[in-house]
Amino acid sequence: MTIASVTQLVCFIALSLTLVLGALGVVLLPNIVYSAFLLAGVFLSVAGLYLLLNASFVAAAQVLVYVGAVNVLILFAIMLVNKKEAMAEIPGLLLRRVLSGGVCLGLFLLILRVDLTTPWAVPGPTPLGDDSTVLIGIHLFSDYLLPFELASVLLLMAMIGAIVLARRDVFSSDVITGEAADQGLIEKERTPLLLESTAGETTLLEKV
Amino acid sequence: MPATSIDIPLQAYLVLAAILFCTGVWGLINSRNAVRVLMSIELMLNAVNINLMAFSSYIDGQQIRGQVFAIFVITVAAAEAAVGLAILLSLYRNRETVDMERFNLLRW
Repeated sequence: MTIASVTQLVCFIALSLTLVLGALGVVLLPNIVYSAFLLAGVFLSVAGLYLLLNASFVAAAQVLVYVGAVNVLILFAIMLVNKKEAMAEIPGLLLRRVLSGGVCLGLFLLILRVDLTTPWAVPGPTPLGDDSTVLIGIHLFSDYLLPFELASVLLLMAMIGAIVLARRDVFSSDVITGEAADQGLIEKERTPLLLESTAGETTLLEKV
Repeated sequence: MPATSIDIPLQAYLVLAAILFCTGVWGLINSRNAVRVLMSIELMLNAVNINLMAFSSYIDGQQIRGQVFAIFVITVAAAEAAVGLAILLSLYRNRETVDMERFNLLRW
């Protein structure tokens, strides 16, 4: 074993441990803020695995999109809905957890069996290494051009949809009970911005 | 020196992705907090991405179509997170809770 391969092995083991422990923490920790920060750790270790697989562009995209955008979005959502509430007790919660744990364990064993018994055709052709970024660009603008353009349309739709869904003044009453929704839960009560600005405009106009 | 190490077998990446995916499934089923459900979905998407990247590097080393697919999955995951959190905010505004057990309007 050369020094390079030992280094790779050590990096892989360290990244795997971070990944598995972080994922368990995301799912199991009671405080959701800790979960969100551990999720950033999981994303970063996945990016490290991509670097081990010679995919520097996807690793950079992973860091930018997941750690920089998705995780920050999740943190903002946690801060916006961070009301301390006592979740009502549900009968049979422990049984449900054990049952679903059994189902997930069975799924894991199934995937493990497929992973380990299938004769994968490795090693395949020699990997490209650092030329992969160039080849991704060629792929995106030749044979994957249509999905690439569709992805831009999808992102535009998601952006508009998120703005429409999260606008603060869309629903003034509860859709279920019909009573007025408590808008003060999201922000502190204050005078509406629109009235202030129109008042300021009128005074400005009077001065003119 | 080979570009990808032969020392780490492909199966190691696959088993790692399987662990991550099953953790995500368990969290998806068992989380009471709606934000944690979205986090579990992100975990599952990352597990799928690890599989795609591992196959792309080990089996499809000259074409790396798996990396292109991983980029598309990242795009869709970003869109999903934005829309999901917007839905969550709107839901919280109307129901004043993030408890998944109380989002039962569509239950029969």
